[in-house]
Amino acid sequence: MTASALLLDVRGLSRSFGGLRAVDSLDLTVAQGEIVGLLGPNGSGKTTAMNLISGALVPDAGTIVFDGHEIQGLPAFKVARRGVARSFQLVRMPASLTCLENVITGLAFRPRGLWGEPARVRGRELLARVGLADKADTLAGALTYIDQKRLELARALALEPKLLLLDEWLAGLNPTELHDGIALVREIRGTGMTILLVEHVMDAIRALCDRCVVMSAGRKIAEGPTAEALANPLVLEAYLGSDEHV
Amino acid sequence: MKLSRPRSLIATFVVIAIAATLPLASSNDYLLGLSINLVQYTLMATAWALFSGPTRYVSLASVAFYGIGAYAVAVLGDKLPMPVVFAVAVGVGALLALLVGLATLRLSGIYFVIFTFGLAELVRQLVTWYEVNITKTIGRYVFLDITPRQIYWELLVLLAALFAFSWWVKRSRLGLALQVIGEDETVARHVAIDVTRAKLVLFVASSAFITLTGAIMAPRWTYIDPAISFNAVISFQVVIMALLGGAGSLFGPVAGAIPMTLLFEFLSAKFPNYFSVLLGVSFMVIVYFVPDGVAAAVARRLQRHKADAQPAAEASEVRA
Repeated sequence: MTASALLLDVRGLSRSFGGLRAVDSLDLTVAQGEIVGLLGPNGSGKTTAMNLISGALVPDAGTIVFDGHEIQGLPAFKVARRGVARSFQLVRMPASLTCLENVITGLAFRPRGLWGEPARVRGRELLARVGLADKADTLAGALTYIDQKRLELARALALEPKLLLLDEWLAGLNPTELHDGIALVREIRGTGMTILLVEHVMDAIRALCDRCVVMSAGRKIAEGPTAEALANPLVLEAYLGSDEHV
Repeated sequence: MKLSRPRSLIATFVVIAIAATLPLASSNDYLLGLSINLVQYTLMATAWALFSGPTRYVSLASVAFYGIGAYAVAVLGDKLPMPVVFAVAVGVGALLALLVGLATLRLSGIYFVIFTFGLAELVRQLVTWYEVNITKTIGRYVFLDITPRQIYWELLVLLAALFAFSWWVKRSRLGLALQVIGEDETVARHVAIDVTRAKLVLFVASSAFITLTGAIMAPRWTYIDPAISFNAVISFQVVIMALLGGAGSLFGPVAGAIPMTLLFEFLSAKFPNYFSVLLGVSFMVIVYFVPDGVAAAVARRLQRHKADAQPAAEASEVRA
């Protein structure tokens, strides 16, 4: 893993909805090969930041440099083609497609896209990688919640991204599933993947993140190596009164 | 990626070939006329579903393209060779679809419905204005040396081409893209699908087939005016046929177009004065009592995320 080079360099990113500044002058960097956690209480702007980076939303101000190119304001499909894949806070999955077809949606439209037999072969490999080897012909709508999350991850990996955005990918899992989920993210990281994840589950954050950026009310209030960032008094204050214990 | 086997397409061609022998077996003019109507509406409903089925954008512009096709033949039919006239008709229809698509396909579904309805009226008014003020006529006669038999055969050839095209689309990346777009456009964008382009390609193709249907049908009318060629009822008939049969599958629109055409034929023959009233009533009865066709399609549009037994049935239907 090359550590120093910045894969993602976000500066002064802002986006308002009506009078609400959902993301307010956010600076954020992710180095090649790093796992960065984006934390903060509910409504602090984490998902909006993810949507801005992935092109789902257009920023009001700020720059997003990804892999050496400015990508702010590009439509989502172009951002995806440049190598940013994402999962969604609430799993989004075309329910009437099979698992294999769902993964193929990630393979077919990327640069150097795959189709036909090569896509089916690669699709099965990816399903096996996330633990869905025997579910290739099952409809996505018939999967359990954890399996839908696995499938969403396989679809994201199918894009062969340089950066993976995981929006609360580990939320809502029981302890066993959480354990498996953390192991899976670790394994993916082991292949050299760079990951930016929004997460509330503290065990997962401690287990996975090299660094954390903490947001509150749209602004960055703390940043640093995980243990350090979580110990920051401002972070404790921001979380006070919420159900999450830091 | 859909595993639609060539067998279904070959079977379709066989059925169309058998249908093509009808004028040789019978010289009944009424039967031929009825068959022409059946094929015409099957064409239009299938072409409509080609775009609107997977994307769930309801277009009420069918008659705009149909009318453009008919007018291209009325204006140019006696001046240029027929293949050239057809090419011009398709070119104009496709260009209009491209412009409309560029302007509207970024909008959400409901604006598209309104826009397409407005478009059909706009085209009708423009043609009327042009005819009244520039050519000083209201209607045109289409006297071409084309027999109903030829029209029937031309329509069948176009139908075969349409099925071949639809079948190819369903197996292609474009087909998968449209299916994902129909289910969840946000997901589509984030798996690198150029959503606008995919919709545009299909809208233009669908419109081109409908335009060509109008062009082939023009000599059948012998007299056309804007009120006939751009009659909005045609657009609604096409939508109701496709929805009745099921716009999601290749042969769904056929299952809607055939009974509905027969029903319209029966109503207009038996109750010519009450046709519009009965047409409206029949629409309501179908929407109310045929939940499998209409309601399922509407439900899918409204509640995409309520996954129950329905997606399973739908998926197996598509893959069949």
